[in-house]
Amino acid sequence: MAKRIDVKDLNLYYGKFHAVDSVSLAVPPHSVTAFIGPSGCGKSTVLRSLNRMHEVIPGARAEGKVLLDGEDVYASSVDPVSVRRTIGMVFQRPNPFPTMSIRDNVVAGLKLAGERDKRKLDRVAEEALRGANLWAEVKDRLNRPGGGLSGGQQQRLCIARAIAVRPDVLLMDEPCSALDPISTLAIEDLIGELKKDYTIVIVTHNMQQAARVSDQTAFFNLAGVGQPGRLVEVDDTERIFSNPGQKATEDYISGRFG
Amino acid sequence: MTTATDLDRPAAPPAFQEVNSARRLKNRLATILVGFAFLIALAPLVWLLITVLAKGFEHVLNVDWWQKSLAGLTSRQFGGGVYHAIIGTLFQGLICAVIAVPIAILVAIYLVEYGKRSRLAKAVTFTVDILSGVPSIVAALFIYALWVTTLGMPRSAFAVSLALVLLMIPVVVRTTEELLKIVPDELREAAYALGIPKWKTIVKIVIPTAMSGIITGITLAIARVMGETAPVLVLVGYTVFINYDPFGGNMSSLPLLMTSERLTTNEVGEARVWGAAVTLILIITVFNLLGSLISRLTSLKTK
Repeated sequence: MAKRIDVKDLNLYYGKFHAVDSVSLAVPPHSVTAFIGPSGCGKSTVLRSLNRMHEVIPGARAEGKVLLDGEDVYASSVDPVSVRRTIGMVFQRPNPFPTMSIRDNVVAGLKLAGERDKRKLDRVAEEALRGANLWAEVKDRLNRPGGGLSGGQQQRLCIARAIAVRPDVLLMDEPCSALDPISTLAIEDLIGELKKDYTIVIVTHNMQQAARVSDQTAFFNLAGVGQPGRLVEVDDTERIFSNPGQKATEDYISGRFG
Repeated sequence: MTTATDLDRPAAPPAFQEVNSARRLKNRLATILVGFAFLIALAPLVWLLITVLAKGFEHVLNVDWWQKSLAGLTSRQFGGGVYHAIIGTLFQGLICAVIAVPIAILVAIYLVEYGKRSRLAKAVTFTVDILSGVPSIVAALFIYALWVTTLGMPRSAFAVSLALVLLMIPVVVRTTEELLKIVPDELREAAYALGIPKWKTIVKIVIPTAMSGIITGITLAIARVMGETAPVLVLVGYTVFINYDPFGGNMSSLPLLMTSERLTTNEVGEARVWGAAVTLILIITVFNLLGSLISRLTSLKTK
């Protein structure tokens, strides 16, 4: 079930360094939101804070609210493990578990949560691999190691692994930056299909990609080196790329940045 | 055809030059030096192996050698075997491993996964560093003071194992720590992002990824402590009889048998010492081979 995300006054820190200043934005369910902006502007940090992966880094902390259908992800009673089960994530570089077969990679989340029913796991593996458009390519070698697949296949394996735990939201941190154009296209098509079932937030450096896949685009920027990153504006992708409200957005999109 | 000579002549001096003679000379010198150093390092090892095999190999070919003890034989009688010492070496080494390996792996997990740069972690690392420099005789005397003098327990194979534990822990902590460190953080993050708790990530993702190397490290450590001599001299008495009780009585081991039979100054004693040396080398070789076999079976595959 796709859910909506509301971010309210989110401030993010790495130790004493103020990385992101007061971000507020809303992500509607069944939509794709793209985060764009120059390197170091905090877009990945904001993305990682949505499922509390930010705090995995020693010294990192968050202030403010992230609401998932009205429920605060940062409430003191909330177990971060359960947040991450609800809000899945795909990383920049494909990172299948090297000790596991393709099938075991896909069902790793369920299996390690205690699911033992082999038939159920097989069914989930097939569904998730079909969902990630990888089934046809790997159905004859499910017991081979995941590390033997190509980069693009590995990334789709990671997407299958993320959707196998049936999250409500899927976060993607530059999922195509390590892939060739054909694999990128495969993943972009997949994002379009996944939108039916999930709320998706994607960080990308590729503005054409943001324009192609997203419904809504958020532009992040930073005033200067050592300054915190901030959200400049968030709007419908079409408006951002045709008639943005801020001069900084227009400059960045048209390549007149910096 | 006058223009042809013009074309034959290069328009500019060549961009690339030959390797000049000074560099070629340096290269040759360095090659000779490295090769020579290799030979110097290798010679004593090969020499040692040849000497031990030449003097001891004939004795271990006898079936009795592997099945019988030296019970009932005087120092002038050939025959018998070192079964009692083999049992002792294996008992002491394995009991030590059973105690030391879990402790060492837990310490390494704490240092890499939980402690990071905390003050306690720094203190533990410092202690492990010191422990790894403790001579085996000091470890043996410490256990003697603790186990025998203070607690009033008898000298026994178990006391030897305790001293070996002190020698084994730092080795296994060090190798496990290094191996856990090279497991990429991306794998840990991938697991967290699936909603897998930290301890399960460590047990099911991180350790299996590093398993192959950890096993190699453990077998090398076992092989090392099985050859330790100081603890067996201090903490247990020598016997020619078979003893299966690690908590009481004298128990022989291969290093102990060698130091004791060395005092038998005749051909019989010589045969026993060299035979035991070959036996110890063989056992350690088998352990290393087993270790590399297991680590190959558990190593990561991509096909």
